[in-house]
Amino acid sequence: MGSSTMVGAERKKKTKGIVVLIVLGLLIITAFIISMNTGFTKLSPLEVLRTLFGSGTPKQELILFEFRLPRIVIAVLIGAGLALSGCILQGVSRNALADPGILGINAGAGLMVMLFVSFFPTTTAAPIFLLPILALIGASFAAFLIYILSYKKGEGILPTRMLLTGIGIAAGISSAMIVLTLRLSPEKYQFVATWLAGSIWGSNWKFVWALLPFILVLVPLVLAKARVLNVLNLGDQTASGLGAPVERERMILLAAAAVLAGACVSVSGGIGFVGLIGPHLARRLVGPKHQFLLPASALVGSLLVLVADTLGRVILQPSEIPAGILVAILGAPYFLYLLSRTK
Amino acid sequence: MNLNSSSTQSNEESPTAKIHTRPWAATLILTGGILLLALGMALSISFGAADIQLGVVWQAVFNFNPDLTPHQIIWEIRLPRILGGAMVGACFAVAGAIMQGMTRNPLADSGLLGLNAGAGFALAICFAFFPGLPYMYIIMYSFLGAGLGVLLVYGFGAASRSGLTPLRLVLAGAAVSAMLSALSEGIALYFRIGQDLAFWTAGGVAGTKWSQLEVMFPWVLAALIVGMIISRSITLLSLGEEIAVGLGQRTGVIKLVGLIVVLILAGTAVSVVGAVGFVGLIIPHLTRKLVGVDYRWIIPCSAVMGSLLLVFSDLAARMINPPYETPIGALVALIGVPFFLYLARKERRTL
Repeated sequence: MGSSTMVGAERKKKTKGIVVLIVLGLLIITAFIISMNTGFTKLSPLEVLRTLFGSGTPKQELILFEFRLPRIVIAVLIGAGLALSGCILQGVSRNALADPGILGINAGAGLMVMLFVSFFPTTTAAPIFLLPILALIGASFAAFLIYILSYKKGEGILPTRMLLTGIGIAAGISSAMIVLTLRLSPEKYQFVATWLAGSIWGSNWKFVWALLPFILVLVPLVLAKARVLNVLNLGDQTASGLGAPVERERMILLAAAAVLAGACVSVSGGIGFVGLIGPHLARRLVGPKHQFLLPASALVGSLLVLVADTLGRVILQPSEIPAGILVAILGAPYFLYLLSRTK
Repeated sequence: MNLNSSSTQSNEESPTAKIHTRPWAATLILTGGILLLALGMALSISFGAADIQLGVVWQAVFNFNPDLTPHQIIWEIRLPRILGGAMVGACFAVAGAIMQGMTRNPLADSGLLGLNAGAGFALAICFAFFPGLPYMYIIMYSFLGAGLGVLLVYGFGAASRSGLTPLRLVLAGAAVSAMLSALSEGIALYFRIGQDLAFWTAGGVAGTKWSQLEVMFPWVLAALIVGMIISRSITLLSLGEEIAVGLGQRTGVIKLVGLIVVLILAGTAVSVVGAVGFVGLIIPHLTRKLVGVDYRWIIPCSAVMGSLLLVFSDLAARMINPPYETPIGALVALIGVPFFLYLARKERRTL
């Protein structure tokens, strides 16, 4: 057991991590291309290429640039954001069940959407654009509530307390939603249910531009905190002993997770499962070190949502299956397979 | 793997810390709780669309006269409903307590075993493909669905060589639940039966009948007794797998028995009233705060407190907006959430 073999093992792990990341990246690109080809109107890869370089028919351009591309980009962004958020939460709270949904963020967004739908007489075109904004308000309100309720002077925010508070808030909000549900007309209910199931319908470039800043700012920030997350994982005492300002770092990370999840959920509805399963899948692939785990989670999340959304468009044409449902149906069996195989 | 530390956290303390337990608090809860429960049930029986005096309630229960209408209302409508509520509350609470003890995860409840999702899945299938199925059949199928969920979770959790660790159980449970509920969500969206399902789930204990109670009661009683028998072992399990093994516990057997108990309790409860899941989460927490970490006390006290919560929620559900009933799940959350938030605020450790 010389130190050279240790170094060798370390290097091997590193190489494996990099290989996994590259493979995931390639898979996403493949899914990206396939997703551009598929849909109600089929476009061959050649047509896609031609349209991308500006020599397609107006109809092809419309389909590609106005419908498919924004939707694909959104899927990738949302998957990455939610999975990262889940990865942070699981790391910080050291609880395998933590995910953005547990923070009550999905519920907060859902409640706002439901209130909105139940008070507006019809779902006309103009208010639909308001939905993401309202959802974001609801999500941030829930996150804020959890934050102040689990904050204690001198102790800051203990992860367990935060998770429990989140569960409480989520349960409260969902029960309010049950009451509202029973009063909705069937058409409105169908609308809300589709939203809650998590679908990326009606995405256009405006949503992309609204979401992109959050992702662009927060993802690098979180990736830079990989070492901190590794240390936090050892437990508070060890982390403090190693010189990490546990309190402050945890606040920053939790806030980042909440904002990421809130921004994503407000565009997509409740694709909560990505946040739970993405990090776990990534952990099985690259191990527990956050230097690899964080980017791998983001990539796995993107891939999952992208594939789910693409399949959702194809399977039951012309009606669509919300991506959130397919994420669970696709992701869960694979996850269970990995779970029963490893170790 | 680092996530195991969710359990190591309590490991750090438990070997040295002695088991905190407060038998006097537990005794107080058991006696006071049962008295309060009797009072709550009496109140609940007397309150309703037809107002009935408490004295009549007493007579109807102990001196039944089939010729009097109030007696018949009490006997045929209100009594089964209230007994059902109490039973369901106890079921959810004990199932939740056992789950939290076995998995040592404060976020665990019976829903995590795939029970709720399985029952919901069966329900969605019933509503989509066999509309108009008789009530008893629906209940039977949703119990089968709950069983299917547990079977899947247990199968995947125990499939690997290292066996059924708490972490594996919890993860398998989360994945199976997500998959089953996604499937039922898909079915609900496609067949447009979501709102019917919501009505069913929110329906609460209103339709409980004697025939159901007769079927449920022996099973629930047996499961509660078995739960009490294994309660000492669950306390040891809640200290950690290694400690339990070191103290001579056969953890595999206990976990299997525990899961079966949870399946019977929560499965019955879910199929009768739908997922009033929050009971299973808060009551064990509350009880643990009050009586300490000894499951010999936690289990009976949880049963009493769970019954109390449901009986009073059901009473409130009928009082808020008569003659309409507010969904009982919403009221359980309304009463439970502030409590839970208060507890969470005081929470310092995991379990």
